[in-house]
Amino acid sequence: MSIDSTRFSGKIEITDAPIVAEAIVAAIKAGGDGAVCVFDGIVRDNTLGRRTLYLDYEAYREMALEQMRGLAADAVARFGVRDVAMVHRLGRLEVGETSVLIVTASAHRAAAFDACRWLIDTLKKTVPIWKKETFADGAIWSDGEAFPEEIATASRGTLG
Amino acid sequence: MRVKLLYFGVLKDLVGATEGAIELPDGATAGGLLRILRERTSNIQMEERLWQSLAVAVNRQYASPQQVLREDDEVALLPPVSGGGAGER
Repeated sequence: MSIDSTRFSGKIEITDAPIVAEAIVAAIKAGGDGAVCVFDGIVRDNTLGRRTLYLDYEAYREMALEQMRGLAADAVARFGVRDVAMVHRLGRLEVGETSVLIVTASAHRAAAFDACRWLIDTLKKTVPIWKKETFADGAIWSDGEAFPEEIATASRGTLG
Repeated sequence: MRVKLLYFGVLKDLVGATEGAIELPDGATAGGLLRILRERTSNIQMEERLWQSLAVAVNRQYASPQQVLREDDEVALLPPVSGGGAGER
């Protein structure tokens, strides 16, 4: 992946504090926009029926920020949205709290929806953030999704 | 030459450290580093599936296996990532 994170200057953050969605959505709107699409990723109270108490998120912080800026720049180039905001929270999060907020602003709704969906899907596969789930009866690191093909891994005979 | 190592997620717990360093022959690659690490850490119980799924970042960029490492590079071993919401697939 060739990501040039210098191409994007919008709101991209990794934070240890609660994410205030309303403020981020209000701040992104501009006169030429006809649509703002918001993905608010929150902590669910269970995984496959196992009761979740809380999640702990950690990141390779500098790399994650660079990756997020690169994805935002790619979303502008691919979908033609005007602006993107992406904020991911780290640390311990309780059920119902926002772990990630993605906002896309565009003249038309199709681009805003498509870019928002692509951003969360791609973030979940490529941005170096991990979560440990603590259940009522134990804790595990989430398996995560396999890296996409353009990222080399040992299983493809490409590393190791 | 010496490179800095960073461990994240489940790997951090398995290795028992967040960072370390390793001495490598000049000209060693990202792929070569993984092979060497695997030999030297045979005492660590790690599922084959996890080894196979690892990616490597060099100086905060995903690396190809052929990438040649240099003195003082920051090399991170990355298990599959799991940011975002609550594990929805």
